[in-house]
Amino acid sequence: MKLRIKFAKSGVMRFIGHLDVMRYFQKAIRRAGIDIAYSEGFSPHQIMSFAAPLGVGLQSRGEYMDIEVYSCTSSKEMTERLNRVMVPGMEILSVTMLEELTKNAMASVAAARYLVRFREGYEPEFDWVEQLKVFYQRPAIPILKQTKKSQLEVDLKPAIYSLDIQDKTIHLFVDASSSGNIKPRMILDAFLAEHGRVLEDAALEIIREDTYTDIGTDGQPEYVPLDAVGRIF
Amino acid sequence: MEKLALSDEILLKIEKPARYIGNEINSITKDKSEVEIRIGMCFPDVYEIGMSHLGIQILYDMFNSYQDVWCERIYSPWIDLDRIMRQEHIPLFTLESQEPVRELDFLAITLQYEMCYTNILQILDLSGIPFLAAQRTWEDPIVIGGGPCVYNPEPIADFFDIFYIGEGETRYRELLDLYKECRKRGESRQEFLQKAAAVSGMYVPQFYQVSYKEDGTILSMKPVQEGIPAKITKEIEMDVSHTYYPKKPVVPFIKVTQDRVVLEIQRGCIRGCRFCQAGQIYRPVRERDVEMLKEYAAVMLENTGHEEISLSSLSSSDYSKLPELIDFLIQECGKKKINISLPSLRIDAFSLDVMSKVQDVKKSSLTFAPEAGSQRLRNVINKGLTEEVILKGAAMAFEGGWTKVKLYFMLGLPTETEEDIRGIADLCNKIAATFFETVPKEKRVNGRVQIVASTSFFIPKPFTPFQWAGMCSKEEFLDKAYLTRTAIKEQLNQKSIKYNWHEADVSTLEGVLARGDRKISQVILKAYEKGCIFDAWSEFFHYDLWLEAFAECGIDMDFYTLRERAKEEILPWDFLDCGVTKEFLWREWQKAVAETGTPNCRVQCQGCGASRFGGGVCFE
Repeated sequence: MKLRIKFAKSGVMRFIGHLDVMRYFQKAIRRAGIDIAYSEGFSPHQIMSFAAPLGVGLQSRGEYMDIEVYSCTSSKEMTERLNRVMVPGMEILSVTMLEELTKNAMASVAAARYLVRFREGYEPEFDWVEQLKVFYQRPAIPILKQTKKSQLEVDLKPAIYSLDIQDKTIHLFVDASSSGNIKPRMILDAFLAEHGRVLEDAALEIIREDTYTDIGTDGQPEYVPLDAVGRIF
Repeated sequence: MEKLALSDEILLKIEKPARYIGNEINSITKDKSEVEIRIGMCFPDVYEIGMSHLGIQILYDMFNSYQDVWCERIYSPWIDLDRIMRQEHIPLFTLESQEPVRELDFLAITLQYEMCYTNILQILDLSGIPFLAAQRTWEDPIVIGGGPCVYNPEPIADFFDIFYIGEGETRYRELLDLYKECRKRGESRQEFLQKAAAVSGMYVPQFYQVSYKEDGTILSMKPVQEGIPAKITKEIEMDVSHTYYPKKPVVPFIKVTQDRVVLEIQRGCIRGCRFCQAGQIYRPVRERDVEMLKEYAAVMLENTGHEEISLSSLSSSDYSKLPELIDFLIQECGKKKINISLPSLRIDAFSLDVMSKVQDVKKSSLTFAPEAGSQRLRNVINKGLTEEVILKGAAMAFEGGWTKVKLYFMLGLPTETEEDIRGIADLCNKIAATFFETVPKEKRVNGRVQIVASTSFFIPKPFTPFQWAGMCSKEEFLDKAYLTRTAIKEQLNQKSIKYNWHEADVSTLEGVLARGDRKISQVILKAYEKGCIFDAWSEFFHYDLWLEAFAECGIDMDFYTLRERAKEEILPWDFLDCGVTKEFLWREWQKAVAETGTPNCRVQCQGCGASRFGGGVCFE
């Protein structure tokens, strides 16, 4: 049986990187006594896959991982059981069951919603709210993306599905699929560069609100949170 | 917990911020207003090393089991953060509360190897605690040292208020109660330390006066006042099956060196290898009850979620219930897909059978530690392993499918000759030949056997029969390593043998720190001021700075290393009693020179002195 686990990562846990989050969950699943399935071979590992890696420093209210189990109880009981073995800053939000043929979490990711703010002391001292709106209205936002071998020019515009600003908080809905994934930093980096400024490493506070999959048909996208395709059991 | 000592800006800039945020599973947070004593347990090296240490986990669990105590953890900030903390004047903090170390009642530092000594100064410096015990006030925590290096605490005596000699399970409660009482009565720090010095196992260096002879050796070491013991006997937990052991060890987020459940099966060693300090200072051997170990294994795995368990002890093959314990683990762990990481076992039919069950034979390797290349020299060091046993074990293993062999040797052992060194090459060659004789051509995986021989340089340690021995110079060490390499190159099977050797200058320095006296404190301080830190990490070890420090203090390193000590010389650690008598060690030193072996504790008692503790192997 395939289960999809939705969790939130906040507080000091934002400093735990993606690989360590995976290690953390491998141990948490043992502590919770979940009847997880293992791979074959001399050193069997838990069958587990994560949706979209979250960068160090970011918080999230919508992270996902899929696991394969031999047996399970109910969504509610499993959520509680896992929450009993979490550390502060890690919270299980839901456990749902997937159809056998559902694509795994990583392959399902299509989009992500973010809240972005400037950290105290890092807010640009010009009318950035207005300017960012103008910036977003452009037909194209070309940036240079550094790849291993060379620089690549890409257009951010089609990957930004929406951008709103409320109370100096930027609400972003962007492409997070493996082919077109963009990070909120890339947008702000390009924006500030236009204004002759540099986006410092610690300038932004970013929260991932949720991660979405596309269940649309006939080329019409319909984005729903990753757990919407699972069912409560 | 949201409170962090470091800002996001800093945490995002440094390597592995998870080293500094605490919050791990099973870490303990208490309300500081509800405890009376706050202790910081410190391992003066980077988090990944410090978190792998069992001793701290045991004491952390013990202290936190006391209602009136909150014990937190402290590790050395890595070089990148160290720099930032100095620039921005950020005081060193504990992981749990993220509060400054200086606010604690006790700073307890474990001393596992000599090369961490400058890191002790880093900890004090970043905490804002004066380096010298004599300059501290009640504004500073009581700085207490423990661990194997306290068996010669003299080189770092100036930096510590107290050294706890021996095993931590026995006397801390008494010391903490004394502390509470003294604070309640408003007594001075000095008064507390005087009373602490009367608690069994406590050494308070400032109450002792050392005087020297003209030749630099010790004339006398005496207490400076009434009520301070002239001799301090180590503390020892005799009932290791009914004492503190963590059921819920802290589980780090990042990968650390010992990323698994660690089950300590026994303390001490019956073997009595003459170079080995652990083999003497932890006497007598005390086994933990196998039923206790089974229970703890299950509970610890459940509480941590670790996917691996390992057994820990000296010479684990000597644990009497080993087959029963391993059978149990194989059964239990198999069900739960948990790996068993075996300690290095004596290679025989039993261990090979066990190894083939828990490891991938193709990937794992066999380990032998003959320590010396010839039987003559193995007799000198009392290492019972013979060539016959090694070759027989290797042959069995090769038949079982193993193709990798690791061998550990020491260079510079007392009485060593060129012939002994050539013996290393010869032994490696014979093992390779054994492979070709035992495994027919068509069965050879990749066609060959891989033998890796490693040598370290011998450093005489306190409380061993070799404590009187002279140590080689750096040049002699390098000549010996060169000779080993040349001799291996001359072997018929040299293509199957790889040779590694240690740095020589770090060994020389370790030799000084291991057998040094109080005069060395000033050198360590000077070296630290010159920028020495993380000396155990070769990339940060600056031998030239150390040489400068010695020169500026007018201290001759050769006095501590090269010199063979006479029987009547007062050694800097003679005021300590580790259970094993100086007479026994001297007898063993004489037998070493006479190339005579000594049977192990189970074969025949040698009257080392440890039987006075009234238990363990002495009374089996």
